[in-house]
Formats: sequence, structure tokens, C-alpha cells
Amino acid sequence: MTKRKALRTALTVLVTLILFVLFWEGYKWMGQQTDDHWPGTGFGLPVSTDDLTMPHSGDIFKELTDDIRAGRETLPMTVYLAKKAGFTFLEAAIGFSLGVIVGLVLAIFMLRWRFAERGFLPWINVSQTVPLIALAPIVVTWARLQGYPDMVGISLIATYLTFFPVAVSGLRGLQSPDSSDVELMHSYAASWSSTLIKLRLPAARPFLFPAFKLAATLSVVGSIVGEISIGTKTGLGRAILDFAQRYAVWPERLYSSVIAASLLGLFVFGLVNAAEWLVIKRGREVLK
Amino acid sequence: MIENSENLEEAVSIRAADKVFNPDSDNEVQALLGIDLDIKEGDFISLIGPSGCGKSTLLRLIADLLVPTAGEVKVFGKTANQARLDQDYGMVFQHSGLFDWRDVSANIELPLELKGWSKADRQARSREMLELVRLEEFKDHYPRQLSGGMQQRVSIARALSFEPRLLLMDEPFGALDEMTREHMQVELLRIWRETGTTVVFVTHSIPEAAFLSSKVVVLSPRPGRIHSEITVDLGSRSDQTREDPKFFQATTEVREALRAVEAS
Repeated sequence: MTKRKALRTALTVLVTLILFVLFWEGYKWMGQQTDDHWPGTGFGLPVSTDDLTMPHSGDIFKELTDDIRAGRETLPMTVYLAKKAGFTFLEAAIGFSLGVIVGLVLAIFMLRWRFAERGFLPWINVSQTVPLIALAPIVVTWARLQGYPDMVGISLIATYLTFFPVAVSGLRGLQSPDSSDVELMHSYAASWSSTLIKLRLPAARPFLFPAFKLAATLSVVGSIVGEISIGTKTGLGRAILDFAQRYAVWPERLYSSVIAASLLGLFVFGLVNAAEWLVIKRGREVLK
Repeated sequence: MIENSENLEEAVSIRAADKVFNPDSDNEVQALLGIDLDIKEGDFISLIGPSGCGKSTLLRLIADLLVPTAGEVKVFGKTANQARLDQDYGMVFQHSGLFDWRDVSANIELPLELKGWSKADRQARSREMLELVRLEEFKDHYPRQLSGGMQQRVSIARALSFEPRLLLMDEPFGALDEMTREHMQVELLRIWRETGTTVVFVTHSIPEAAFLSSKVVVLSPRPGRIHSEITVDLGSRSDQTREDPKFFQATTEVREALRAVEAS
């Protein structure tokens, strides 16, 4: 059952990829025929189809297997990107873990004290309207002044993005049990913390896991933006920055780094999915 | 079942209890007014009345889930609060309130876990309880895999797992279909006889109240008051009892009391 489902998912991904490549190449071919106009009209295409703007998909995939010179060594692009992605993954993982802890603590705090909910929630919302690109250098400068490596600052930026969905969905989840469930715990003379552990936290899981999935992808985005905005020496953000500067010469390289970034996003999403399966669906428990 | 009620202790004793919701505000509601009620140990009492008569509120006063605005509620001679802290009662709600993430035995073990029982003791008791409600083979199932009637049985098993002397039930069969409901009523009487637990049962079904109870307490609404108390004696009951003239007589008596309530 699960095996067949996994196979179906893999097949869907493959078919989607093929369709996307077909669309890419079809659009490019059409543009080449009509000199970047909609066929039969004078209207220009939204994206021009020359090899600089839209390299052939084959060239992009070929770039992934080609060698790249990094410092003194030469290695295939996939290995090069995987190394960079590993560093970014570490930052994202630290940021995600911290974000989950901060988010959960905030949610529990807001659950316990109504005034905290009234006082904090607006600020938590406001926190996400601050542009990341402005915040990132500030945080990293603070971290640098304290003598921490850049990784710490970047992880904190990822934390800043990830705590938000966890806090907001977490609070909703903790408040989700029916009043009769709470009365039941009260009838057992259960303490506030027992009610939290035996009722509210398990009941919050269907709210928390979607938030974790969002937070996981956000932690990758936060790490990459953090790397780019402060110019670290390594990480996917560095690779993107380097390749962007040489886009005019080697557009395939920037595309391949974008593919690496989205694969990393998919990977962390998959990790959270696996964790969810272990925690919720391993039993025969069926969720709403 | 113990027939001699003379020298039995009072399970519940309520004196001049009032309950006002949102006092001194625009939406103040007088939910209960001047409630006097005695429930003897071993009794099966039903609270019945039109919606808004405060029958669920009265049950929650006994459970100390609500505190009376005036008057006094004693459970086994203690304050309701002390009785709740001592876990002298078990409670069953209309919706089984089983936790989705726990299988059947883990649900039954929940109150025992909170009391700090050892795993072996919990499992032994949970097996006993599953035997009592006749669901032995479902111990590893999750609530959503069970029918509504089975879920309510698990809920009863959970409420009785720590052997409380009082069972409080808030429309426990209200969401079940008629056939399941009648079957559950017979089951509940069997469990009541086997355990000797005192039961306070909130319902809005006239035949249910008449069939189950040794005494039916009829409440009138706005503000909730006790209109009358009807003693029923159908002896040992089975599905055949529902066709007994005595059962018909009991339902008629309860129905007439409720009509009088509506008319007043």
C-alpha cells in the first residue's frame, strides 16, 4: 500500500519534470521561430528565449555533471553544489530547531496567560513584516561583534523566519481540544502541565506538522538569503552569488545552483514528512 | 443491587443551590434556582427536562466543573471540590471524548496514568474493564475504527477504571441511533448492577429515563428548578421490559410531568 503510494509519488514527480522540460523547450523553440513574438501577432513574449535568458534544459543538466574549478581542486558541479548545500543545510537545521523551540515556548506561554496572547500576538505578526534583506546584515553584525562565526548569525535569521508559523499554528493547536476534553482532564484533577502533555500537545500535532513543513522550507530560504546578504565564504548562497555575477558568461551555472536550492528545500520538506509519519501515522491512528 | 435503602449513605446532597452565569452583566442568566436534591448510594437517577432547564449545569455542579453561586453541594459527605480531587466520580460525555492518538486500552488507562499507577497495574485493570464492557478483542484499535456505541462503551470503561463510587453521565447515548441506544441501555444497567455504582444520568429521552432510572428528576426551565421527582420500579430490566405495561405507565408518568412543565 505505502510502497505503491511512494511509487505513484515518484512517477508524478517524474512526469511533472518531463512536462516542465517540454514546456521550457517548446516555448524556447516557438520564440526562436517568431523572433520572440506570439505567433501571428506583433506582441512580444514575456520572457525572451535566447540562450542567455533560457539556456537549453539539456545544457543545464549537462552543467550539473561538468567539472568546476574551486580553488585548487577540480570537481563535478553536483559534488561542488552538494558540499555548499551541506553547509546551508546545517545552518537551516540549527535555525529550524531553534525556531521550533522558540515557537513552541511562545505558543505555550500564550496559552497559559491570556494577556500574553493579547500582548504578543500582534508583535509576532509585525515581526514578519520586517524585510529580511534589511534585518539580515543587522543580525549578522551583532553576531560578528560578539565574535561568533557567520553561521550563528545566519542560523538566527532562519530562526526568525521559522518560529512564526510554529507559534501561530501551535497556539491554535493547543487551543483545539473540545471543552469536554478539558473538562474530562479537570474531572481527573489533572494539573495544568499534565493537561498540556497528555491532551493539548498531542491534539496540536495535526496543526504543528503543516507548520513544521512550512518552517523547514523557510529555514532554507532564510539561510540562503542570510548568506547572500552578508556574503559568506561558503554555502549555497555564496554559490548563487558567484554564479549570478558570471551569469552573462555561464547562465547554466546559476540555473544549476537554483536547482540545488530547490532540491535542498524538497529534502528538508521530506525529512519533516518522514518525522510526521513516524510520530502520527506509524500506528493505525487516523487523523481528521 | 442492595434493596435496603434505609441505612445507606447519601451519595449526593444538594441544598438550596443557585447558579447564575455572567452575574451583574447584560447577559446574566439564572441557570438554576433553589435546587434541593438527595441521591442515595446505589441509586440510578435521571435528570430530564426541556433544553435550557439546566440539567447539564446541575450535573457539572456535582462534578465541581462549575461552582454554585449560592447553596451547597456535597458528594459522599465532602465538598464537591474535595470529591473531585479524591476522584470519587467518573464522567461520561455525549461525545465519547476518547483521545484519537491513544488506542482503546491506552484511553482506558489515562486516568490511571494520571494517578501514577504502574504499567502492569494499568494493563491489568484495563483488561478487566474491557471485559466489563465486552470489548476485549478491540483493545489495540484506535477510536476512529470503532462504531459510536463501541466508543461510548470505551468511555464508560475509562470512567469506571479507577472504581469511582459515582458515575456522572451527560446525555451519553444522545448521538447514537435508536437500536444501539436501547442496546447500550441494557448494557449500562448490567454494568450498574455488577459494579453497584451510583449513576446520575442526564437525558432528554423520556423512554430512556423511565427505563433506566430508579428515580426520574424532572426539571423546569428559566430558571432551572426541580419540578417533580418520579420513583420508578421496573425491577430487573431487559429488552422485554419495553413492552411491559409497567414501562408504559412509567413513561406516561414522566411524559405528563414534562407536559405540566411545558404548560407552566
